[in-house]
Amino acid sequence: MNTLTGTSNLIRLILRRDRLIMPLWILLFPLVVLSYVTSFADLFPTAAALQQYADASRGNASFVALYGRLYGSSLGELVTWRAGFIPVMVGLISLLTVIRHTRTEEEAGRRELLGATVVGRHAGLAAAVICTVCANLVMGVLLAALMISQHLPTAGSVAIGLEFAAAGCIFAAVGAVTAQLTDGAGSARAIAICVLGVAYLLRVVGDVSGITGGGLAWLSWFSPIGWVQRISPYNDEQWGVLVLAVGLTAVLASVAVALSGGRDIGSGLLPTRLGPAAAAPGLGSPLALAWRLHRGLLAGWTAAFAVLGVVLGGVANGVGDLVGTNQTLKDVFARIGGREGLVDAYLSTVMGILGLIAAAYAIQATLRLRAEESAGRAEPVLATAVGRLQWAGSHLIFAALGPAVALIVSGVAAGVTYGLATGDVRGQLPRVLGAGIVQLPAIWPPSRWCWLASLPDWRRPTGGLW
Amino acid sequence: MTDAISVAGLVKTFGPTKALDGLDLAVRTGEVHGFLGPNGAGKTTTIRILLGLMRADSGSARLLGGDPWTDATPLHRRLAYVPGDVTLWPGLSGGEVIDLLGRMRGGLDRRRRADLLERFDLDPRKKGRAYSKGNRQKVALIAALASDVELLLLDEPTSGLDPLMEEGFREVIGEEQRRGDRTVLLSSHILSEVEALCDRVTIVREGRAVQTGTLTELRHLIRVSVQAELRGPAAGLATLAGVHDLQAQGNRVRFDVDPGALDAALRQLTAVGVRTLVSQPPTLEELFLRHYDKARAGALPAAVTP
Repeated sequence: MNTLTGTSNLIRLILRRDRLIMPLWILLFPLVVLSYVTSFADLFPTAAALQQYADASRGNASFVALYGRLYGSSLGELVTWRAGFIPVMVGLISLLTVIRHTRTEEEAGRRELLGATVVGRHAGLAAAVICTVCANLVMGVLLAALMISQHLPTAGSVAIGLEFAAAGCIFAAVGAVTAQLTDGAGSARAIAICVLGVAYLLRVVGDVSGITGGGLAWLSWFSPIGWVQRISPYNDEQWGVLVLAVGLTAVLASVAVALSGGRDIGSGLLPTRLGPAAAAPGLGSPLALAWRLHRGLLAGWTAAFAVLGVVLGGVANGVGDLVGTNQTLKDVFARIGGREGLVDAYLSTVMGILGLIAAAYAIQATLRLRAEESAGRAEPVLATAVGRLQWAGSHLIFAALGPAVALIVSGVAAGVTYGLATGDVRGQLPRVLGAGIVQLPAIWPPSRWCWLASLPDWRRPTGGLW
Repeated sequence: MTDAISVAGLVKTFGPTKALDGLDLAVRTGEVHGFLGPNGAGKTTTIRILLGLMRADSGSARLLGGDPWTDATPLHRRLAYVPGDVTLWPGLSGGEVIDLLGRMRGGLDRRRRADLLERFDLDPRKKGRAYSKGNRQKVALIAALASDVELLLLDEPTSGLDPLMEEGFREVIGEEQRRGDRTVLLSSHILSEVEALCDRVTIVREGRAVQTGTLTELRHLIRVSVQAELRGPAAGLATLAGVHDLQAQGNRVRFDVDPGALDAALRQLTAVGVRTLVSQPPTLEELFLRHYDKARAGALPAAVTP
């Protein structure tokens, strides 16, 4: 029997299971880019207006950190640049899709059920990767078609479609590899997201260093996110970069196949450790249980935020240096408070972005509550002397305080690094930290809505079976 | 003594499906009560209502003298529950889960915990995701049995256990029974288990209790199967009311008889002269099948069915 036997049936299964979510993101990303085209065309109707905006933006470290480098000033280039964070989102959803259809299936025991039918050893992995790659290609084609429909140059439109698709394919392959490493889908996701985070950070440091004349511009070439942006749609497209992307995808996919072929079903490559035979004295309340369930998430997010704080705080001082190089900028910044004002504006923008990311953490932590319930793990807890509100509260406290801890840590990290660079830790730390803390009221409401949205089911926590 | 559980006219619907349709259940304090029915009969829904995890649409339910919905938390201190399908936290070891659930319930007997771990042959150091279905079941069982509680609610507790462990489970429940102060509600579709363990049984079907009573009482309701070797060909049996499925082959006869007609049937046999006689009480299996066959045939009384 061929190791790929049954792949087509599994592909149909994946398409059936993802029949809503997959079309949704395939449509969503191109439509977001389309909205950039129309809003840029509205806001900057003339080439001169575009040029002015581009000149003001290309040297702005916080914009470059978030979106990437900007070279030209055509509408296509500006749209591509403004959509610079979307390849990261495409990568994220691609790696999640692959893990969802490989390791999650295996952990839940459904792969075993399917594996006993006429299905080859690699069919599951192949089906997940093929579906995700195809979905990315469809998205790329759709994006290219939308761009062409807006009268943007054809070559650039094809290039931006391929840029997005390439990011998706690379991280689909990353997901395929990490799905082989651990026996839990949660840790496979965490490792893959870490890889994505590192790729993004390398690009941020490399690109910001590039505009401020630092020596670290080459770092962007160590990041797949950096590569795909160097396809540079609408500005002398570098088609050769695609070879890199396809090559990396192929290499990662073969690694995943090799790893998958050498392991038992249900196990990971990283060894599983035994746990304690008895619970620690403190593990005896819903709050203690919630701490056990949330601490990994909290540690991961806090570490990521600390790194982001250090990097973004370290870049801050360079932002001020830009003022000297550009007369237009000088005038603008003189009005908002000179060099100081520019750094402050940068830091508060950065903290705003971090607040946005922290809101994602708040939502993720809140959804744990729902997951506990739907997996049937709430039932045994609620059958003990634990009330419903006490149980829900024990999780929500982490959804509320976890993002706060992460934001404070990033604020401290950014404040200390920026303070060290300017020789004024005592003065800068409280200001930067304050800029982080003011984000907190903004990140809490979404997670509360999220909790409310799960309420209808919450009246019958264990519905379904009887 | 009051009933540990008393349920009357319980109704619960999920959309178009009627999971419970006027269910009655009475469990006396100190007894092991079998709650018997096929999958989908409403056993788990009843238990979830008793735990206050679901609210009944109508009908009344009392548990240990309290209201399962409004007094859920104080009541849960006095009971332990084993779900039919146990899911554990993937990152917590079995030992941790046992301790956690025990503590949240209000205490755990350490000696009993160690004893049960040994008897069920469970490695408490494995993580939740590494356990098989049977071992997950054992984790929940040990957590429940090692708690010092008045009432055990066990929802198909032996599903996934191997026969040896099932035997161990029966022994443990037998010990609980002898203690006399613990009430057990044991839902099951395994008849031999209920037969071996339970003082009284309630049979449910499509959300309603179709029979309830001691096993002896229930056996009265159905036919005894008789096989005999006689001195000559049997006569008169075929016309006797209450005798069914008569098969005669030379001097051998085999038939089922309603309890009320047993006396008359035996008289017919002894009139001819009996060489050997085998009479079997109905197994719960037969009792059970009869109920469902009967219902399928349009709820005819046992005596009338062919």
